[in-house]
Amino acid sequence: MSTLYEEIQEIRKLYPVSRSATLPALRLAQERHGWLSPEAFREVADALDETPAYCMAVASFYDMYHLKPVGKHLVEVCTNISCALVGAQQVLEAFESKLGVRAGETTEDGEVTLRTVECAGGCGWATVVAVDHRYREPVRAQDVPAIVEELLRGE
Amino acid sequence: MASEQFVVLAPEGHKPLTRLADYREAGGFESLAKARQMEPAQVVQEILDSGLRGRGGAFFPTGRKASFLAKGTGKPTYLVVNADESEPGTFKDREIMFTVPHRLIEGCLITAHAIECERVFIYIRGEYLAEFEVLREALEEVHAAKLLGGVTIVLHRGAGAYICGEETALLESLEGKRGQPRTKPPFPAVAGLYASPSLINNVETITTVPKIIELGAKEYAKIGVPPDSSGTRVFSLSGNVVNGGNYELPMGVTLRELIYDPELGGGIPNGRRLKAVIPGGSSVPVLTADQVDVSLDATSMAEAGSMLGSGAIIVIDDRCCMVQLGLRVAQFYMHESCGKCTPCREGTRWMVQILDAIEEGTASQGDLDLLLDVCDRILGKCLCPLGDAAAMPVASYVDKFRAEFQDHLDSGCPMHGESSLEDVLAPVDQHTHDPVARVPA
Repeated sequence: MSTLYEEIQEIRKLYPVSRSATLPALRLAQERHGWLSPEAFREVADALDETPAYCMAVASFYDMYHLKPVGKHLVEVCTNISCALVGAQQVLEAFESKLGVRAGETTEDGEVTLRTVECAGGCGWATVVAVDHRYREPVRAQDVPAIVEELLRGE
Repeated sequence: MASEQFVVLAPEGHKPLTRLADYREAGGFESLAKARQMEPAQVVQEILDSGLRGRGGAFFPTGRKASFLAKGTGKPTYLVVNADESEPGTFKDREIMFTVPHRLIEGCLITAHAIECERVFIYIRGEYLAEFEVLREALEEVHAAKLLGGVTIVLHRGAGAYICGEETALLESLEGKRGQPRTKPPFPAVAGLYASPSLINNVETITTVPKIIELGAKEYAKIGVPPDSSGTRVFSLSGNVVNGGNYELPMGVTLRELIYDPELGGGIPNGRRLKAVIPGGSSVPVLTADQVDVSLDATSMAEAGSMLGSGAIIVIDDRCCMVQLGLRVAQFYMHESCGKCTPCREGTRWMVQILDAIEEGTASQGDLDLLLDVCDRILGKCLCPLGDAAAMPVASYVDKFRAEFQDHLDSGCPMHGESSLEDVLAPVDQHTHDPVARVPA
């Protein structure tokens, strides 16, 4: 497996100006580290010839970068209008009760982080839930226990 | 009865077109061969004559946008495809990329030929992982089949920011920066990506191009409601409707047909009554139930006081409290404001606070006027239209449902906790997107 540094160099070659590789480089580092730790920022900065502060400034603008540790799995429930009109709140509450955490929190064992997100783009098949970035749609409150059990079994 | 017409999407029942061989069997890449036999300027002229307008929401004539590109600058010209679909209610580009990825790529290659560009960037929304994978595979097939003709197409994934759908913010993001909109002028056609002339088009717009070349501009222009609303739109239908999903229809079909036709929306479920319709994504003014006979074309929608926007139609039944709807919309735009322009950054926050007080029953009569005043002070006063996207719809809710807002001031929410949007949690408090983790670092 190539190192993060080497992979980032490959990405830089895709662009006439290598700073364009910042977003993909941050994504890669997050995949390796689980979140964007100070060490991850140093590695990205080093590979891009930028400062860690610059990389942090960029990362903090975008929703998908984690600036704090998150659980091994990520469950994201869309609560924008279309989903909310057909019961997103009930779906969210079902996850909260099954996982024993509130939206924005991680389970005690560090397995699952639950959060709400803005429109995920599946409005016609609401409610949209992304489990580790894979969309499940439509999800109803009664589907939630099975989704959580499947996730915890590691399927 | 309205029926679907397929210019962009694959016809229903048709076998999936995600494999190059199947797409070619269905006539794919013949338009590219035809276009490459034409002079670039001739292709631009065809697009101009077709009457095609931007499907991202602004509805600007696509051919004209291409003709603005600065020539003889000594710099390369770039084509950037806006696949950062994030307007609430919109999910059409996602289906296009997932079901007809080669048609998007063919559209890119035809457009690249038309504007004499060798490098194309597709900026795809970060959350769209499955769509990215389909597109990547399609691109590999096209590459292996040697169809690229010297053009490089780079798939660039975003990282979660609604504002990056605004074209100059998208360019900033693509350059590896925070996605904050730029001052215009200079327009991207003169100084866009890497300060070079750049054309930015929406996925659906680009995916329409192969059909225009196939049919010829004159034939394409006859579809829909010429001259201003030629062609089809992929309408994303959602909310309180039986059959949510994408429907590709010629413009000019009525909103009533789309919502109630059994072959299309299928009506309002659970015996509820229609209350309102958001006809073009959450940023456009709302329509009331008695306006559903409006034709889905640009001129008719403007006459009805709204717009087609991104073609996202959100159906709202009588269980929804309009103050809560306004609050949820305002919360979204507050969350997504990039913070660059004061009226938007502060104004959306004010809107949320006032709407919250109205819903809670703690607002005074003057607060309703204050809300409209705040909306007015945002409109047209920022670098990009994000603030307008909050102000326009919320002002329209007050305008069209004034009595309901007044009821809130007089005696609290008339829905008494039974609204479909009751207690809905917006992720605004996660703007720093750091879930409060108790995991050791």
